[in-house]
Amino acid sequence: MAKRIDVSGLTAYYGSHKAIDDISMTVEPRSVTAFIGPSGCGKSTFLRTLNRMHEVTPGGRVEGKVMLDDENLYGKDVDPVAVRRTVGMVFQRPNPFPTMSIFDNVAAGLRLNGSYKKNQLAEVVERSLKGANLWNEVKDRLNKPGSGLSGGQQQRLCIARAIAVEPDVLLMDEPCSALDPISTLAIEDLISELKERFTIVIVTHNMQQAARVSDRTAFFNLAAVGQPGKLVEIDETERIFSNPSVQATEDYISGRFG
Amino acid sequence: MSNVIQDATPAQAVTGPGKDTLSQRHLPRWAPAGFAAVSVALGIGIGAGAGLQSRIQWGLISAALFVVISYVVTSTVENRRQAKDRLATSVVWVCFLLAVIPLLSLIWTTVSRGMKVLDAYFLTHSMAGVPGFEAGGGVYHALIGTLEQVGLATLVSAPIGLLTAVYLVEYGKGALAKAVTFFVDVMTGIPSIVAGLFILSIMLIAGLAPSGLMGALALAILMIPVVVRSTEEMLKLVPNELREAALALGVPKWRVILKVVIPTAIGGITTGVMLAIARIAGETAPIMLLVFGSQLINTNPFEGAQSSLPFYIWEQYKVGSEASYDRAWAAALVLIAFVMILNLVARGIARWKAPKTGR
Repeated sequence: MAKRIDVSGLTAYYGSHKAIDDISMTVEPRSVTAFIGPSGCGKSTFLRTLNRMHEVTPGGRVEGKVMLDDENLYGKDVDPVAVRRTVGMVFQRPNPFPTMSIFDNVAAGLRLNGSYKKNQLAEVVERSLKGANLWNEVKDRLNKPGSGLSGGQQQRLCIARAIAVEPDVLLMDEPCSALDPISTLAIEDLISELKERFTIVIVTHNMQQAARVSDRTAFFNLAAVGQPGKLVEIDETERIFSNPSVQATEDYISGRFG
Repeated sequence: MSNVIQDATPAQAVTGPGKDTLSQRHLPRWAPAGFAAVSVALGIGIGAGAGLQSRIQWGLISAALFVVISYVVTSTVENRRQAKDRLATSVVWVCFLLAVIPLLSLIWTTVSRGMKVLDAYFLTHSMAGVPGFEAGGGVYHALIGTLEQVGLATLVSAPIGLLTAVYLVEYGKGALAKAVTFFVDVMTGIPSIVAGLFILSIMLIAGLAPSGLMGALALAILMIPVVVRSTEEMLKLVPNELREAALALGVPKWRVILKVVIPTAIGGITTGVMLAIARIAGETAPIMLLVFGSQLINTNPFEGAQSSLPFYIWEQYKVGSEASYDRAWAAALVLIAFVMILNLVARGIARWKAPKTGR
């Protein structure tokens, strides 16, 4: 059940350092939204504010509102743990749990949350691995450690782990930056499939990737090093890559930046 | 063109340490062994010639000669840079040998002198009714004492140490964490006799009698900081990405620690606890003060005096007869074996529990 994200006036800090300033945007359900922009402009920080992972970093705090359909993630009585069950995340580097088998890695979300029925577990694991296009490659070695897989397989394992808990939104922080082109293609195909069911937000440094997989693209920029990052514009991907309304976006996309 | 051909004359290429060639003269591979043989021979010669009695002096002269000879020969035959490389290598080797020789000598002495009376009878009998200066008797009561006291100390300090380390790594920030870290550092330096006196003062205030438990408490005081330190290091080694991955699945923090962080580090934590046990197993002072020592088998650590291996060694050595010396060495061998078995167990557990990488 995909949900709409509506961000308004969001500012995030690391201690006294303001990392992103006054960001407002809407992310449509059942679509892929890509974040692009130079390093250090706050794309990842902004992504992490969308499932309250930002405050896990020491000193991290947030001002503003993030509405998930009609509920504010930063509301007074909201439990961050519950938020993270609804908004899943895939990280830059594949990070399967080293002590667990492939099966246990996928089942980890359900098991550690304690909310599962034993006889459903195998079914959920199979469905998630199939959803991550990994089932055929690992079905004969579900009890082997997850760290024995290749980098691309590990990343798909992490995606399977994230979708096993049935989130409404899936955040991806440069999920392909540590992978080779073939694994990247596999993940991109997967993203196109997953957007039927989830709201997907992906941070990427690869402009072609943003153009290939996303429906809408947001461009972030920062005035200077040490300044907070800002949202420059968000629009249909086609428009951003053909006829952006801000000059800085065109400069960045065409490589004429700085 | 003609210049290039002139530069590449064969004469220069063969003789030159010049810039035209990449090869140079080399000492043979056996050179270090040769230096060692020559310096040992010279060391013996000088030592005997100068009438030095101590073999240790001979060895030190040889070691110094080895370092000097290998530097001088290499710098004349090869060059200064190779000589410096050889100098560093020789110093490392000499230091390694200087560190290992006492260790081997210790093990050799303990094994050769301890094996005399070490047998099944020695391991299964106490000193009850055996006069100290006569042969016979055994170490059973001390072995029981050590196992029980060390076991109790571990039961007390492992949970406290583990939880403290979890607090410091996962939750601690600000003044409290700094204070805890500081006091753990201070505790690491507490002499065992002070820990013993601390428990003794409590015993006197509370009117308690000496028992294995009191010794175990003093040992726990010594053990806690070691467990905290090693566990802390192990928990810090767990990549932050794993914590974030689990948190992003919507897992509460305490379950992340319990199900992801600690299992990932459990091998190292076990090793740390075992090493802490090894450290306290040899403590004598608190046992003297708090457990009193005994010649009899007392399997109840909560009541009455007990013995322990280090205390037994001290006690037997004090008697001063041939038979009691033999018993002291045998008990020392038992203690070393106990520590070594613990270390092997720790390594086994660490290997068994270590995150798997196999395909």
